Amino acid sequence: MARYALRFAGLSYLAVLLVAPVGLVFWRTFEHGLAPVWHAVTTHDARHAFWLTILIALIAVPANTVFGVGLALAIVRRRFPGKGLVNAVVDLPLALSPVVVGLALLLLYGRLGWFGPFFERHGIHVVFALPSMILATIFVSLPFVVREVVPVLREIGTEQEQAASTLGASSLQTLVRITLPAIRWAIAYGVVLTTARCLGEFGAVSVVSGHLVGRTETATLYVQDQFEGFDLTGAYAASVLLALIAIATLVAMNAFRPKEATR
Amino acid sequence: MSIVVREISKSFGEFAALRDVSLEVPTGSLTALLGPSGSGKSTLLRVIAGLERPDTGGVSIAEEDVTAEAPQRRGVGFVFQHYAAFKHMTVYENVAFGLRIRHRPRTEIRERVGELLRLVQLEGFAERYPAQLSGGQRQRMGLARALAVDPKVLLLDEPFGALDARVRKELRAWLRRLHDETHTTTVIVTHDQEEAMEVADRIALMNEGRIEQVGTPRDLYERPGNEFVMSFVGPVNRVGDAYIRPHDLELCSEPNGSTQEAMVERLVHLGFEVRVELVRDDGTRLSAQVTREEAAALELDVGQIVYVRAVRQTTFTS
Repeated sequence: MARYALRFAGLSYLAVLLVAPVGLVFWRTFEHGLAPVWHAVTTHDARHAFWLTILIALIAVPANTVFGVGLALAIVRRRFPGKGLVNAVVDLPLALSPVVVGLALLLLYGRLGWFGPFFERHGIHVVFALPSMILATIFVSLPFVVREVVPVLREIGTEQEQAASTLGASSLQTLVRITLPAIRWAIAYGVVLTTARCLGEFGAVSVVSGHLVGRTETATLYVQDQFEGFDLTGAYAASVLLALIAIATLVAMNAFRPKEATR
Repeated sequence: MSIVVREISKSFGEFAALRDVSLEVPTGSLTALLGPSGSGKSTLLRVIAGLERPDTGGVSIAEEDVTAEAPQRRGVGFVFQHYAAFKHMTVYENVAFGLRIRHRPRTEIRERVGELLRLVQLEGFAERYPAQLSGGQRQRMGLARALAVDPKVLLLDEPFGALDARVRKELRAWLRRLHDETHTTTVIVTHDQEEAMEVADRIALMNEGRIEQVGTPRDLYERPGNEFVMSFVGPVNRVGDAYIRPHDLELCSEPNGSTQEAMVERLVHLGFEVRVELVRDDGTRLSAQVTREEAAALELDVGQIVYVRAVRQTTFTS
């Protein structure tokens, strides 16, 4: 009896808090059929917003993947002074509100910031332009690959790597042939989470972008803009497209995953 | 391809794992590093392989000083206790790894791997993954992988430690046969004195980071240099300053001048032999080993009084 009660409570919680809101958005979106939705997401501004979101993700995800794997290797396999601090700082983006991140970037790269004037002199606009939006997105999505890879690296240990070295493999060969294949699913999961976070980023980007319609407006900002402009169909349609892209990433990753690794 | 270890010391923080250890492993021999856990035997093996850097001292392999060389360039084959199988590779790919790193031609790799899989009796398993093998099969794969690159020396770190007793015995005998065929200079680390005695032609007995004695299994058993060696290489009774092996205790049903009285506390039948646990008046316990026939002749039973005499005993002057 208690088992059923627990199961019921768990499912209700999910239903009320997760499934219902997302389901409602889907329902409201397609209330009047497919045509208005298609029309809403193919306007110039909408297309630009989605393109910008994808562009930012295409830069931020690879950057955080390479950096994340490197940092995880350093944390698990190397000893260096300040390692504990580094390990803690990695989690900072999870603890910090994205709005704070955005403000910090403004302080650094804004016209009156530390580095702002330097870039302005060289004709590079960081704030209210693509560079700061990429920086903000990289910041908020930084921990995911590191946090997925670190425990797996710990678990596989160093014996396989040592075996490879006694068999004549250089450090680079060991990394490419032994270590990376052993952690590939952790990396893949980290990439999925990073991608989802990049696609959904709102707060930090909202602060540094300046909301310039058709220029510095990402998909999430576009949704907010349409919503505030009482274009509910546009807002819902963009939301649904955003959700579909995220779901597609997850599904693609699971589809590529061979049966061997699911055990 | 001999191995020479010169005055190696190695500490991990406060813990001195090796203290000024020197050892020579002759070409073609199968030498066991035997000792209790924490005696430094695995550390010594890892220093020879280059997986651990000694604080002081040097290592030579085949007359070449390799102290400063990375493990990649020492020409050693290393077998790990927990197999260290490459889990994402098939058995074939595992064994071929060292050859592929060396960019050997594909046909040569195929021939060599096939030959090694036959040698370790894994012909039918080439396309399996390590997860689909038993522990014994995984360790045979580990051996084939280490042998693939024609190592100058073969180093085995408790290779059978994670296997059950029956498989361990099989693999031991198999390793001995393999060594008799290939004559590769081999060092095997073990904490099991029976394993060392059975498989090795030389034993270096280690304790607390030092080598206590080096010799043939028979040397160590019959001419132990000190108390530690005496009690580590076989069961022993201690009576005062004297050490007596259980099979050197003679049991009689009647007293005669030199015997002492004892009561049979427990009988353990081990097939051909019977272990007799005895307790004397003063509470000291003795363990004697007799054949089944002797036990039958004495009509040994629990609670019975017997008369004990040491045929041979060893004392150490320290």
